[in-house]
Amino acid sequence: MGRYVIRRLLQMIPVFIGSTFLIFFMVYALGDPVAALFGDRAPDPATAARIRADLYLDQPLYKQYLHYMGQIFQGNFGTAFNGQSVTELMKDAFPVTVRLTLVAIVIEMIVGIVLGVFSGLRRGRSVDTSVLLLTLIVVSIPTFVSGYVLQFLFGVQWGWAAPTVSPEAPLNELLLPGLVLALVSLAYVTRLTRTSLAENARADYVRTAVAKGLPRRRVITRHLLRNSLIPVVTFIGTDIGALMGGAIVTERIFNIHGVGFQLYQGILRQNSPTVVGFVTILVLVFLIANLLVDLLYAVLDPRIRYA
Amino acid sequence: MRGATRAKWAVCAIAVALAAAACGGGGGGTESSGVVSASWGDPQNPLEPANTNEVQGGKVMEMLFRGLKRYNPKTGAAENVIADRIETKDSQHFTVTLKGGWNFSNGQPVTAKSFVDAWNYGALLTNKQKNASFFQYIDGFDKVHPASGTPTAKTLSGLAVKDDKTFTVTLNQKFSSWPDTLGYAAFMPLPKAFFTDHAAYLKKPIGDGPYTIESYTKGSVMKMRKWDGYKGPDAARNDGIDLRVYTDNNTSYTDLQAGNLDLVDDIPAAQLKNVKRDLGNRYINQPAGIIQTLTFPMYDNNWGGTGKAKLRQGISMAINRDQITKEIFQKTRTPATDWTSPVLGEKGGYQAGVCGAACEYDPKEAKKLIQEGGGLPGGKMALAYNADTGSHKDWIDAICNSINNTLGTDSACVGAPVGTFADFRNKIAAKQMTGPFRAGWQMDYPLIQNFLQPLYYTNAASNDGKFSNAEFDRLVNEANAQTSTHEGVAKFQEAEKILAQQMPAIPLWYQNGSAGYSPRLSNVALNPFSVPVFNEIKVQ
Repeated sequence: MGRYVIRRLLQMIPVFIGSTFLIFFMVYALGDPVAALFGDRAPDPATAARIRADLYLDQPLYKQYLHYMGQIFQGNFGTAFNGQSVTELMKDAFPVTVRLTLVAIVIEMIVGIVLGVFSGLRRGRSVDTSVLLLTLIVVSIPTFVSGYVLQFLFGVQWGWAAPTVSPEAPLNELLLPGLVLALVSLAYVTRLTRTSLAENARADYVRTAVAKGLPRRRVITRHLLRNSLIPVVTFIGTDIGALMGGAIVTERIFNIHGVGFQLYQGILRQNSPTVVGFVTILVLVFLIANLLVDLLYAVLDPRIRYA
Repeated sequence: MRGATRAKWAVCAIAVALAAAACGGGGGGTESSGVVSASWGDPQNPLEPANTNEVQGGKVMEMLFRGLKRYNPKTGAAENVIADRIETKDSQHFTVTLKGGWNFSNGQPVTAKSFVDAWNYGALLTNKQKNASFFQYIDGFDKVHPASGTPTAKTLSGLAVKDDKTFTVTLNQKFSSWPDTLGYAAFMPLPKAFFTDHAAYLKKPIGDGPYTIESYTKGSVMKMRKWDGYKGPDAARNDGIDLRVYTDNNTSYTDLQAGNLDLVDDIPAAQLKNVKRDLGNRYINQPAGIIQTLTFPMYDNNWGGTGKAKLRQGISMAINRDQITKEIFQKTRTPATDWTSPVLGEKGGYQAGVCGAACEYDPKEAKKLIQEGGGLPGGKMALAYNADTGSHKDWIDAICNSINNTLGTDSACVGAPVGTFADFRNKIAAKQMTGPFRAGWQMDYPLIQNFLQPLYYTNAASNDGKFSNAEFDRLVNEANAQTSTHEGVAKFQEAEKILAQQMPAIPLWYQNGSAGYSPRLSNVALNPFSVPVFNEIKVQ
């Protein structure tokens, strides 16, 4: 187990370097951002040159990257164009996005698994069909459509919730955005749970358990559900990273000043320190979430052993 | 089946709980006090006067600072505020005398030194201020801000403090309307705190205007409150302004509709059709000092060679401005008939119809002129624009449609999108344009000079098309040397007539500023820079 974890952690190093370089290269390929700082006016060359030198933009790509990585290992993620350090931006943005992601994950887990169990146990009935149809619809609607529609209905038409989230982003205001963010994954969780449950319901060990005369509830919770949730747990684990990165659309619609907001701003202004810094952290979150999911496997299914 | 029934109840319970909790989220809306909440965008640069060159930072400057002059929010005329008088005999040497009794909100008095220090800071190359070029007319600018290398002086030799209330300015050329440029943000005075503890100042800037900053959470909200110690004539008529950052103007509009926000000054294009129905007379749509043009790369022989003026005029006549401003912009743009803006007013130099027939839609004449001008180079033209911001594609395509219809083909004119605005600007700066490209000009100060000299004078900073005309340059020089504003404006208008003959840039339309506000507010208006006049807003 220990060796496995160390091996996985070591594997993260090349992934980390590769992904940061790719992102750095892509932002770099967008071209020189300094001209845009001056708006429609042609930049005054002397000032522009100073700013470029300041941001290390007058160096070749590989030097810029090495300089950037060197800075990162000293805990310095660079400075955004408005003069704020990127670490400061992260301190503001990540707690908000983490809270939003947690809300989304909780909604996704509770609603998704309950609906999945519900329709998986009544396979082929009308309830099952309507859940399938409903999830199909949810999966096919893009987040920005459901976001704007729900925001308009809840926020403007019925006035049940504030259409946007205040800067402090308290949990109760994050419920609606969390629901929007969770919707698509929720549909996947439902379908995954349903299929997995339906498949395992015919497995030998379930038949044995039923034959032993165990109460139905115990068969479902202890035997059937525990085994059926393995693929669901994998999905939710990997989804944490996807949700945090994917919050860019939801955060924009509900004006949440989290990671998505900073990424959007950074991309628009071609501010490579912001974009690379935030994505680097997201990559780390993704890698660690994956590792945790793999370790959780062993807990859920004793057949899986890590040497 | 008992388990399933239970599950059904659980689902219902969760749904109810969610809905109930969502109801609880309705707080955080508009306060009942006299504070106005307004939409804002995260300023691109640190909040220093000489570093603020876009409208979002400009909003803060307008509330936080008062300078020598201020542009009248209604007429755009430059009026003395802290300046008592600015005198000159030769349009080159100026003596500025200040009024007494002005203070910064930290108690420090506003003196001649506050201005001179601030301007020296703004001009010095090593401070990397984006508005440094605004000080270029002051003597000694080339020493503190050389085109390359390091500065050889730290202060502008053209500035001298006489006493607390007087300082003199020497310009490096005659510039009669120079005092009228002093309402721009770059010329605001700065308190000592700016120089002694710069980092703290940037966290919470201090000014001498009608508002002070109560708190500033970068990237999300700035709370500005009425400054009770403000002695100026235009004290705030509300208790304060909360500037809230939005990245999506659809969201701020939704917030306005839900009563969660009081003032929006950027109506999303998609909502322009509904805005009248939604807001009624709480929707403002008024001219701003912004003109959109199609600029020709005059360095390219296909467009700038001899005898090509007819081609350029012909293209201008092939554009149906009326239809495009009506259908695509829902009348938030007005067809342009000159190269300035209506906000200047007749006295300021705006004159409708300078462009003449060349700006009127006339397909027959257009086709004739294009043929006389040698036709489109290679029978084709591509209109360049940046695809990342603004919805430029719609109107570029409409212009191309209009030109194609005129010429009777459907492939002569196409749009040529460039991925990012920065890339677009870089290509223009590197003279890589091979066809007409979109250009927008937002005035820095409401002067006809600002619409002509920076854009069309030989080698001027924003002369993107590299237009050069000796007669035009001569008239601009003469205009700047005039001592009376009236004669200066007349000379500029003469110079503008040369643009009509040469058509280095096709005037398309004047852009309006638009805003919407909640029923709580009254007396809301936009100034000529399309920024709300915050201090005049009243809250019920």
